[in-house]
Amino acid sequence: MRTLLTGNYAVAEAVKLSRARVIAAYPITPQTTIVEKLAEMVEKKEIDAEFIRVESEHSALAAVYGSAVAGLRSFTATSSHGLLYMYEMVWWVANARVPLVMAVVTRTIGPPWNIHTDHTDLLTMRDSGWIISMAENVQEAFDLTVQGFRISEEAGLPFTVGMDAFQLSHTAEVVDLPSQQDVDAWLPERRQPYRIEPEDPVTVGCIGPNEYTAKLRCNMAREMEKAKELVNRVDEEFGKSFGRRYGGLVEEYRLEDADYAVVMTGAWSGDAKDAIDMLRKEKLRVGMLRLRYFRPFPQKELRKLLEEKEVLVVDRDFSMGHMGILGIEVSSAIGDITNVIAGIGGVDVGVDDFKMMFRKFADKKLRKIEWWPEEMFL
Amino acid sequence: MVAGGDVSMKIDELPRRSSLLPGNPSCQGCPHAIGLKALSVLENPVLIIPAGCTTIIAGIHPKAAFNVPVLHVPFASAAAVASGLAASYRKEGVEASIVVWMGDGAADIGFATLSGAAVRNEDIIVVVSDNEAYMNTGIQSSSTTSWKARTTTSPGGKSEEKKDLAAIMLMHRIPYAATASVGYLPDFINKLKRASEIDGFRFIHLHSPCPPGWRFDSSKTVEIARLAVKTGAWILWEYSGRFRITSPSKPYKDGSKRVPLEEYIKTQGRFKGLSEEDVEEIKSKIEEQWKFLLAFEEIFR
Amino acid sequence: MKHSEYLIAKPSKGSAGQTGLWRSFRPVYHVERCIRCLLCCFYCPEDVIEVHYHRFILFHYEYCKGCGICASICPEDAIEMVEEEE
Repeated sequence: MRTLLTGNYAVAEAVKLSRARVIAAYPITPQTTIVEKLAEMVEKKEIDAEFIRVESEHSALAAVYGSAVAGLRSFTATSSHGLLYMYEMVWWVANARVPLVMAVVTRTIGPPWNIHTDHTDLLTMRDSGWIISMAENVQEAFDLTVQGFRISEEAGLPFTVGMDAFQLSHTAEVVDLPSQQDVDAWLPERRQPYRIEPEDPVTVGCIGPNEYTAKLRCNMAREMEKAKELVNRVDEEFGKSFGRRYGGLVEEYRLEDADYAVVMTGAWSGDAKDAIDMLRKEKLRVGMLRLRYFRPFPQKELRKLLEEKEVLVVDRDFSMGHMGILGIEVSSAIGDITNVIAGIGGVDVGVDDFKMMFRKFADKKLRKIEWWPEEMFL
Repeated sequence: MVAGGDVSMKIDELPRRSSLLPGNPSCQGCPHAIGLKALSVLENPVLIIPAGCTTIIAGIHPKAAFNVPVLHVPFASAAAVASGLAASYRKEGVEASIVVWMGDGAADIGFATLSGAAVRNEDIIVVVSDNEAYMNTGIQSSSTTSWKARTTTSPGGKSEEKKDLAAIMLMHRIPYAATASVGYLPDFINKLKRASEIDGFRFIHLHSPCPPGWRFDSSKTVEIARLAVKTGAWILWEYSGRFRITSPSKPYKDGSKRVPLEEYIKTQGRFKGLSEEDVEEIKSKIEEQWKFLLAFEEIFR
Repeated sequence: MKHSEYLIAKPSKGSAGQTGLWRSFRPVYHVERCIRCLLCCFYCPEDVIEVHYHRFILFHYEYCKGCGICASICPEDAIEMVEEEE
């Protein structure tokens, strides 16, 4: 069924169709309407789930940790300060190897107070052991959420769906919503490494030899590595059932014959693609590698697809004292890159900006690390 | 019959074996280890343990010290994790007594979590085993440390009041709240049993004198817990629709029946060097607490 | 070993080893004085006092930490704490 939905409502529909049984969340703009919608669905009995109205984000993730460890498909969502407030639980859930899905509607971090997008919040999850994805459009946010449950449960790792504040969360786009029957057929029964059940007297997470911590981390690292293949496989299988494939960990856009490759992630990639189309007409061979997943990180794909290309990484985030976070990551895989920092705090960056930016890059008029647009930072 | 102060029980009603197995890492004379024995009266217990002494007591991998399911959770998260667990079990029709066992440290850092779970009237039992300081990190002041008690962060004696956690929890309009003491195990067991027959959020504030933390000999845990009650410094009460002072504390409603406070204070290194004025001040604080709770008894008849 | 097993521990006595070795004083039972009230058994933090035939008691010294609560709580002085020899 094709229908008009905002990103937040699309995620809520995906959670419903994935038959999540427990949802816990605390409101924060711009995430709020996801859980408002889910609360409404629960109350109208459109979804057979419990909604726990927790008193904080720390408790939101703690509560779904509890419900997931007891064996039920669970979901939460947050943004920015909410994510930072639950940060302790972010790590705990991953280290405990508990599958669940969380949506992070990306929003900058204060002060000053600002509810608009950049990717700094999501990227703070980098080292925690979550599988981290980022949507470009509303349909992809929906698809990633459904796929997230499958990937998370197969990998035994938690999964996050990132999407930009307002540009996706509150922007309505036409979405192809699959039927419940089709999702049921595609999404297997939940599985997980272990459960907490009465009468099974196991103790989970007690102190122990240091080697056990080390072995657990190594196992996580290996599982994360295996998840690369898993993400690609799930993308393909999803494509077979629902007709939409994105390319797995990365999406290529007019990349193969490009001299200049742009690496970026999130909703603004759509505008950048429009700019690429326009520049192509002007005979500038630009292409894009869009990071759909930040963890596991697609080094292999980057090395293969960006070989012998000039690479520009456009970051909507910054690692203080260094460079853009994607910039750091991409250069760790392929070496020398140029890094533009733009759109921080939701500053609007449109097709014209991208066109100018890519043109300047081709003309070698960008600094190694360039805050965009230059005149704003004079 | 087993005498537990004024509460007696038939020996056969008492749990013979603890859910905590011998040879665990608890200190000699540990009050938590005594209190945890009471949990064996519960059907299908599932234990949620945030950071604290009981994190250690629970055993060292691969050997768990509990023979019931235990989930270790971050410090401030326990009541929220329990809420999620309860939601799952409710959805699946799983029968379980979900017990959050925490110290006063977790009750401090997780106070919002505790309050949120109480407001939602989550179907869980929360026991705060209160040894009146952060013992697991080495005896630092908590919000339930007694006024003037010496800790490593209040070497000259704590300058703030002891927070009445149980009364605060009661004010959440939960169906069950009580105080208990490891010195009166039958009373604690009775309270747990009563709590287990009620649905919703149940809270028990358990007084747990700590030998290394309060600086007394490990053989004195029960004796000192009892002295706290006999001097009126710790008052046992229960609310389950009505509020009442419970048996071990009943005689001490009458101040003249109480053992002199000095008998309690002198047993503990943490109160060493208190002036006479300080002791008098503590006595007046205790008197105030009695007035407060007796008024409660009048109100919630 | 499955990875999750590093997270999961199973119930076992002696999770802290043979805690009887912590003991400086050993509880010694004077059966003739025992009134079989079982208070000692009830309050033993370590759960190492077993109720035996006719409600006489038996100490499991392997794990008894020697805290002395049993002796201190006994109304008839039927338990005595005796210093362990080296």
